[in-house]
Amino acid sequence: MPHEESAPLLVIENLHVSVGDRSILRGIDLTILEGETHVLLGPNGHGKSTLLNTIVGLPGYTITEGRILFKGTDLAELEIDERARLGIGIAFQRPPAVRGVKLRQMLDVAAREELSADTVAGLDSGLNLGHMLARDVNMGFSGGEAKRSEMAQILVQAPDLALFDEPESGVDLDNIAVVGGAINRLLKTGLVSERRRSGLIITHTGHILEFVNPDIGHVLFQGRLTCRGNPLDLLEEIARHGYEKCAECAQCQIIH
Amino acid sequence: MPDHSLTESALARLEEIRAAAEASADKPAALGPDVDITRFSTVSEQDKIDSLKSLEKQTREAVLLSGFDTSEENRSASFFQLDRTPIYRAVEAAFDDAIEIMGTEEALALYGEELLEKYWWRAVDPGKDKYTALVALHQTEGYFIRVKAGRKVDQPIQACLLISESNVSQNVHNVIIVEDGAEAHVITGCNINAGVKEGLHAGISEFYVGKNAKLTFTMVHNWAEDFSVRPRTGVIVEDDGVYINNYVLLKPVKSIQAFPVAKLVGERSTAVFNSIVYGLKDSIIDLGSETQLIGAGSRSEAVARTVSKDNSVVYSRGRLVGHTNDCKAHLDCRGIVQSATSTQWAIPDLASVGAPGAELSHEAAISPIAAEEIYYLMTRGLPKDQAVSMITRGFVNIDIPGLPEPLRRQIDLAIEETSKEAM
Repeated sequence: MPHEESAPLLVIENLHVSVGDRSILRGIDLTILEGETHVLLGPNGHGKSTLLNTIVGLPGYTITEGRILFKGTDLAELEIDERARLGIGIAFQRPPAVRGVKLRQMLDVAAREELSADTVAGLDSGLNLGHMLARDVNMGFSGGEAKRSEMAQILVQAPDLALFDEPESGVDLDNIAVVGGAINRLLKTGLVSERRRSGLIITHTGHILEFVNPDIGHVLFQGRLTCRGNPLDLLEEIARHGYEKCAECAQCQIIH
Repeated sequence: MPDHSLTESALARLEEIRAAAEASADKPAALGPDVDITRFSTVSEQDKIDSLKSLEKQTREAVLLSGFDTSEENRSASFFQLDRTPIYRAVEAAFDDAIEIMGTEEALALYGEELLEKYWWRAVDPGKDKYTALVALHQTEGYFIRVKAGRKVDQPIQACLLISESNVSQNVHNVIIVEDGAEAHVITGCNINAGVKEGLHAGISEFYVGKNAKLTFTMVHNWAEDFSVRPRTGVIVEDDGVYINNYVLLKPVKSIQAFPVAKLVGERSTAVFNSIVYGLKDSIIDLGSETQLIGAGSRSEAVARTVSKDNSVVYSRGRLVGHTNDCKAHLDCRGIVQSATSTQWAIPDLASVGAPGAELSHEAAISPIAAEEIYYLMTRGLPKDQAVSMITRGFVNIDIPGLPEPLRRQIDLAIEETSKEAM
């Protein structure tokens, strides 16, 4: 847990987001303090990725109401790259392949400097990047390779707020461990009281929680955050009752 | 043309070539817009020079952008033809016994019998069309390069064919022989001087790659808006031989049409064609390559990257013809159209001729840079314009060794320019 005088890094207020004609997010309120890691649980298609993509600023996600403040700045006016340089980073679930751009180049881009051979070797040993470094990024990468590549990029980018979209999807247990290790390296290194970096992890299955220990969990259901609590408790409840139980909570929220 | 010393069979061969050319003197090419060749006179004689340093600074800078370095640093040999005349040639001392380089007329005088028997219009048909006929009947030199058996020349050989006059045609005939076990990289720059208006460059190139030999041939074209270009190239590759062709066109041209043909006659022979083509202004560009896979175990790959702008029309062709069961070849043509008044055609063309085991494949695509790729790079903090230029650079990035730094920068600059306009 972050120490007491932690400042809010990300403040989301009454956020409504539409994709095309479809209203996806319907009033999200979420505050992430410096040093906190949150996890977002929820069934597929209920708005988890929409929330991350809206924070990042991908086009096609229209804010119809509410706002997102990052370090006190309203993100609405900022381009994707400006948000990145302000300190927002993302590891995508299914990153696009870019022909002709090597992973090695992407690392320099993400780090905003020419990385030394030692730094790259360090990344390589942790994430087993190997021959991927010289390949076009994500071109023909396996599920595990794509995830390790995303982790390498976000590690060198070292954003203040790191967003992880389904870091365990499509990868085997060994790779989940590697990915989890990278998330911990980014978010959980050093003394608890000195942690400043924050994270928001999306997970559908919750498998990543075997390796990463977030501070706070939420359930995103039908475009709303319906529950908040200890991540493992939430996961246990979902395992027992399924997300259907969340529907009831969602009903309650609307009534109140 | 020397004839007194030639045997009867050689003389008969010359006569055969002349007859084939005459029969095709008016025959239009199968592809590309027709050029009225009667409007041009042939290029003039020029004075020879002792040093490339005596060339004007403007010329030295211009030819550098097509890969010809007049400082001759890191070059094993140089050949410079101005209009009609081979004005300069040199071989570095270290390669003196490995490389022969001279004008083709001198080579004919020296090696007439051997050339006519094995290397003279053997890889290109003089009766193919009126451009081959023009060169066969009104040849204005060209270069002859021979790399001796077993010699691996690790520094590029460079050749420049420059035109300084308007309303002329330069009809060159080039021959490169890489003997068994030899290796070489030849960089050819074709240029015109600033201010040259209309004209025609008809260039015949015949390349013979011996057993276990390797030829890398890089050609950079710098033409102008009124200039027409009709190269005709034939390559013959023997057992275990490798031919690599790199082609770069970054400047506007009135029209260019070329379709080099590599015949992989040898077992386990290989041909690779790489090209980077920018269609600019009103250019009509019709380029491609054909590989005939004849020898067992032959392999081929053709990679073309085209970016078209303004009113340009670009045809990117590729033909693979498998004649043997054990052959494999792949075509990869990708284009980006960056103007609403530009047209691109990607025309892959595969044939298996009585070869059920031949494996031929292609990928052809014409599409803009995918927006999601741009956004992906932006999420790493890169501004949009830099993301677009990085992806465009990646798109045309074909690794061509031995290019002088200014030429590399020129390619980068062209990419930057087009990237900006693509925004």
